[in-house]
Amino acid sequence: MNNKMVKSLYEKRTDKRKFDEIREISAAVGVVPSADGSAVFQTGSTKAIAVVRGPRTLHPQHMQDPRTGILRVNYGMMPFSVWDRIRPGPSRRGEEISKVCEWALSSVVDLSEFPNTVIDVFIQIPQADAGTRVAGLNAAAMALAHAGIPMKEMISAIAVGKIDKTLVVDINKDEEDYREGEGSTDIPIAFTSRTKKITLLQLDGKISPAELKEAIELGKSACEKILEVQTDALLNGNKEKDEVKSKKEKK
Amino acid sequence: MSEPIIPNMLRSRIIEAINGNTRFDGRKLSEYREIKIERGISKNAESAVKVSFGKTEVLAGVKMGLAEPYPDSRDEGTFMTTVELHPMASNDFEMGKPGIQSVEFARIIDRGIRESGFIDFKKLCITEGEKVWQVFLDIFAINNDGNLLDVMGLAAIVALGSAKLPVYNKKEDKIEHELSKDSLPLVKENLSFNMTLHKIGEKIVADVSKEEESISSYRMSVAMGEAKESPRITAMQKGKEGAISPEDMENILNTAELKLKEMFPRVKEEVFGK
Repeated sequence: MNNKMVKSLYEKRTDKRKFDEIREISAAVGVVPSADGSAVFQTGSTKAIAVVRGPRTLHPQHMQDPRTGILRVNYGMMPFSVWDRIRPGPSRRGEEISKVCEWALSSVVDLSEFPNTVIDVFIQIPQADAGTRVAGLNAAAMALAHAGIPMKEMISAIAVGKIDKTLVVDINKDEEDYREGEGSTDIPIAFTSRTKKITLLQLDGKISPAELKEAIELGKSACEKILEVQTDALLNGNKEKDEVKSKKEKK
Repeated sequence: MSEPIIPNMLRSRIIEAINGNTRFDGRKLSEYREIKIERGISKNAESAVKVSFGKTEVLAGVKMGLAEPYPDSRDEGTFMTTVELHPMASNDFEMGKPGIQSVEFARIIDRGIRESGFIDFKKLCITEGEKVWQVFLDIFAINNDGNLLDVMGLAAIVALGSAKLPVYNKKEDKIEHELSKDSLPLVKENLSFNMTLHKIGEKIVADVSKEEESISSYRMSVAMGEAKESPRITAMQKGKEGAISPEDMENILNTAELKLKEMFPRVKEEVFGK
């Protein structure tokens, strides 16, 4: 694994993890009581809150579909989630991520029972350390299940990276910003739980097809662990306890 | 945004209960829900806190930037507050540009902090007329179960109270990706705490639930602090259509004063530490 034959400049991860090791993850549902479904998902210090509201009437009316309900995803980062403050409100980056997450989730939900309605999924990031869209997707899939929306499968997602020549899972901000050698390649990827289909894949950087195949396999096995945490939270209704962890990390 | 729809039956039940000095959740008319405060919710912020009153929950964060001072205050830092009533927090909030409610809330909180002199803006001056610190206070609704304004107001002062200045690199004229040990300069005596009281039925009610909030005839926000141990009002704002009788005004001020006495020690402790 990790192309032992080729020497890579990136020999040790900045946070001392193994190359195929995900960060400490935690998850909980029911964190926003007034919502129809909600969840929080945290990996390391990247944290995502997802809220589901609906099925509810879709406005404007011309967007309504008499055959099925519509899934609408809105992703955003809070102004204080990153070091350089983000201006509040919609952004082009946010709109794109919202759309790819919407596609990723739409393939597993069955909204045929809710014609003319919309199911809104709101994803917000209060603290970011790379991999926010996949953390958001993990939370969103849990929130949809928590809301009781019919789903054929769960979705679990992870960001695989290639740092110089080394493949790593669940990349953090330092790795995302790596500039030496071949630099950093970021591959957010989402899998369905049962059939292991890919419902989201994006890639920024440089990578060979062989390496990409390896990256996908790495992502797939990382998602198994994520799925366990998601399932556990949904079955056992874990209470939110992640803040404590992020505080510990700070020290 | 749209107003939540409250069935007439529920409306009259709530009013009936309140006129009899009780509330659906068993609280007294001037009793607050449990207040929870958590710090350090974003390591990338100068400070970020989570504050909840019962099920109403908000996040607030402070970020700092560099800016040119305003021509009329050449030696003072600048300050900006945003409030996001995000649709995740309630079915009544909608996507899009800030509606009147979030603009009003942001302005009430901004004014309350700015005009009370809580932030020592002179100490936020780097080079007079050229460079000053800019304070961004961003507040975000997570779950609305009533009285968001007060929860946001408390989150605002707690966030400001725990904020640290980032390191300023004078040579390169930029902010380093690192916090210094210096706290945001505050004038402790000028701390004030916002309490919003609603008129429901015949009574004045504190820390309203979402249902109570939607049927009140008016609300009055009173930001109060202490000057030489006695209460001092630093800002007020009346909202909604109802009109305030002189007796009610008296009642509102008395209630606010009473609640201040009761809650201010904890508020101070939360903002400045023990």
